[in-house]
Amino acid sequence: MAWLIALLQTLLFIALAPLLAGWLKCCKCRLQNRRAPSLLQPYRDLRKLSHKQPVVARQASWIFTITPYIVFSATVLAASVVPLIAVDLPTAAIADVIVMVGFFALARFFQALAGMDIGTAFGGMGSSREMTIASLAEPAMLMAIFTLAMSASTTNLSVAIDHVLAGGFVLRPSYVFALLGLMLVAIAETGRIPVDNPATHLELTMIHEAMILEYSGRHLALIEWASQIKLMLYGVLIANIFFPWGIAETYSLEALGSGLLAITGKLALLAVLLALSETLLAKMRLFRVQEFLGFAYLLSLLGMLSHIILEVID
Amino acid sequence: MSEESGKQPTQPTAKRKTADASAFEWYKQFTPFEWCKPFLSDLAERGVETAKEDDKALPPARLMTIEPDHWGTYAEVACRHQLRWVAAWGEDANERLLISTCFEKQGDYLVVRTSADAAHPHLPSQAPFYPAADRVERHIHDMLGVRFEGHPDNRRWTRHQAWPKERFPLRKDFLVEGSPAVVTPADKEYPFLTAKGTGVYEIPVGPVHAGIIEPGHFRFLAVGETVLNLEERLGYVHKGIEKIAEGRTPEALARLAGRVSGDTTVGHSWAACQAMEHAAGIEIPPRAAVIRAILAERERIANHMGDMGAICNDVGFTFAQIQFTRLRELWLRDNMALFGHRLLMDQIIPGGVKTDLPEASVEWIERSIHWLKKEMGELVTVIDVNSSLEDRLFTTGVLTPETAGALGVVGYLGRSSGQSFDLRRDAAYPPYDALDVKVPVEPQGDVASRFWVRYKEIRVACRLITALLDKLAPGDLTCEWTTPTAGAEGLGLIEGWRGEILCYVRFGDDNRISRYYPRDPSILNWPALEKIILENIVPDFPVCNKSLNGSYSGHDL
Repeated sequence: MAWLIALLQTLLFIALAPLLAGWLKCCKCRLQNRRAPSLLQPYRDLRKLSHKQPVVARQASWIFTITPYIVFSATVLAASVVPLIAVDLPTAAIADVIVMVGFFALARFFQALAGMDIGTAFGGMGSSREMTIASLAEPAMLMAIFTLAMSASTTNLSVAIDHVLAGGFVLRPSYVFALLGLMLVAIAETGRIPVDNPATHLELTMIHEAMILEYSGRHLALIEWASQIKLMLYGVLIANIFFPWGIAETYSLEALGSGLLAITGKLALLAVLLALSETLLAKMRLFRVQEFLGFAYLLSLLGMLSHIILEVID
Repeated sequence: MSEESGKQPTQPTAKRKTADASAFEWYKQFTPFEWCKPFLSDLAERGVETAKEDDKALPPARLMTIEPDHWGTYAEVACRHQLRWVAAWGEDANERLLISTCFEKQGDYLVVRTSADAAHPHLPSQAPFYPAADRVERHIHDMLGVRFEGHPDNRRWTRHQAWPKERFPLRKDFLVEGSPAVVTPADKEYPFLTAKGTGVYEIPVGPVHAGIIEPGHFRFLAVGETVLNLEERLGYVHKGIEKIAEGRTPEALARLAGRVSGDTTVGHSWAACQAMEHAAGIEIPPRAAVIRAILAERERIANHMGDMGAICNDVGFTFAQIQFTRLRELWLRDNMALFGHRLLMDQIIPGGVKTDLPEASVEWIERSIHWLKKEMGELVTVIDVNSSLEDRLFTTGVLTPETAGALGVVGYLGRSSGQSFDLRRDAAYPPYDALDVKVPVEPQGDVASRFWVRYKEIRVACRLITALLDKLAPGDLTCEWTTPTAGAEGLGLIEGWRGEILCYVRFGDDNRISRYYPRDPSILNWPALEKIILENIVPDFPVCNKSLNGSYSGHDL
């Protein structure tokens, strides 16, 4: 039963990710005084792309063709670790948050290789920028997670959420800092404004998009879908770790239903926040990203320190 | 006007130095061609003999002829006397090739001409003294076969590698239809500048770009993200405008001129018509001149709004782009309703204009000006208080006033780098000669300067339209066309929205054009991009490019 729910939850994750992307697009359009495309547009795009024959560069090696599958499966595996609608699922028990970060690193590693594989200037440029940002984002993210791990005495997400639930709603400075840090990291990792612009057509300014410029057809569909899952995953992390209330603690249909409703609402709200910040901000200069991520690291570190100074009693 | 600026919540450019208000008077203190005397005596000292033609030979410019051997020396002396290099063109006059260069100082234009033997044409180059002459001389070589001695860069420019050697399109023996090969081979043998060393890599961009823009190739040499060098390669939209203009009637040339660069259709067709009218010696009715200026100012406003939005979009600030696009779209729909064409194509015809402005249209324009000022005021406030946008635009892509002066850039690009020159003020043509045209100037020369100069120019243009509507007296729309004598030539000088447009027209027999050369401001402005991007990072190139916004089509001809 538990395994079945775990499987269903992962499937739900994969299925709902494009909807979140559609909602985000909808919010952004509204904020810019434009008419928005349908909420289902990302699904249509994925369907269209998956029906198209992928065009592969002549000099591409096996790395280029295998990368979309690796990226997609690594992202799905990472998603299976994260409690979406219910805690205490067996998938959460077999892997902790460090494994999840590892999955992301694996996906990024292959993505960067594939960017350089076809030998275009843009691919290499994108890979180099992506790795620069990743090397700064990962420590900040891990520091935020360690803050959480220290207070919950675990790196397992499910157990950590249980710990937060059991503690009730308490305003902890360490959590506030970690939350802010994690939000900044999430923006960098998912390639949103002000770090990267997912909607741009200007190759020279791209980071993530530059690596995948040569992809087409189902390869592109898989990569796009993986980015949508990744965006949702960060949203779920922020929502469920820091505001876990509403998540199902039993496997009853009622609890699962309300868990689904709760996470939908939380994600919808987060997307509105993201759309707001993307509308208000211009993209920053590439070399400002290190300051941005340095700040994220500082916030996470402050979270850790304030935990040690203020919250460890004995 | 001061009352209206007081209504604005914040002064958008308060932090930056304001325009040089005394520039207007400064220009007026000179008598025309006063500078010519010391210049001519200096030339005589260097042994350059100048033969002055009749002042009516090529109005509004003064025409001089010199010996071909003195071509380079002339430029050297001109450079010392701080004459601005404006344009150069050549034409085939059977056994001889006529080469002309246009200079400007204090609003006075001077055309100097020489002739070269058509069998072995060669001239000393002016490019060592004027960087602006570099590509233009290469273009003249590719089109007419004139060899420029001492030219710093002898690579081909407009010439496609598939063109047969020793065949030059602008020679009279070259057929207008050309003689195209069945399949043109790809042009991939162009020798770009290369660099060696660890960590230096090349980024080829274009000619096909991801956005819906014109084709052009940019070759970057970069270390990490810092640009070491940028080399432009243009010519992908070469349409043979100069050749297909030959043998056209004045009406057909005006239509062709309107298609030199789609966004400057008013500017180029006005310049061509003005040149033809000078050649024919006719004067257009005052009402037509006023309507032409209204068209030109409407074009300026529409393009500046589009550019301001695009600059914001290139740094990821989509909100502003959507808003500017909306304003521009509504503005273009007004054009459609008022003149029957969104981009105002073919409105200017030889001898006048096509569409009249009835009372209803005048009221409509007044309303839309009022509406635009209000909308722009709100939007500009949003932009001005956005610090993330400010962070991207300020100090990005600096073109110093010194470099701008050395390159001889014009239009908003020059005016945002301290070059206070505007034809509408400094060499005013009707109807601007009866108006007080304010010229906003910014000395900083960064992307933000180019953004705010555009905004100020929109405000000036709004004011000008209001003033022009007041001057709109009843009268004819066109005047009768007089067939110019064979060989009659004329010069058109118009301040288009990108800057100074020069247009040279020579008539042949029978009211037909024998030579047409439009010099788009982009020809002078494109080289500046190679300087602007130095020491900037690769991802800042799109916004630098957009802030300059050269026309590919206008450059390639």
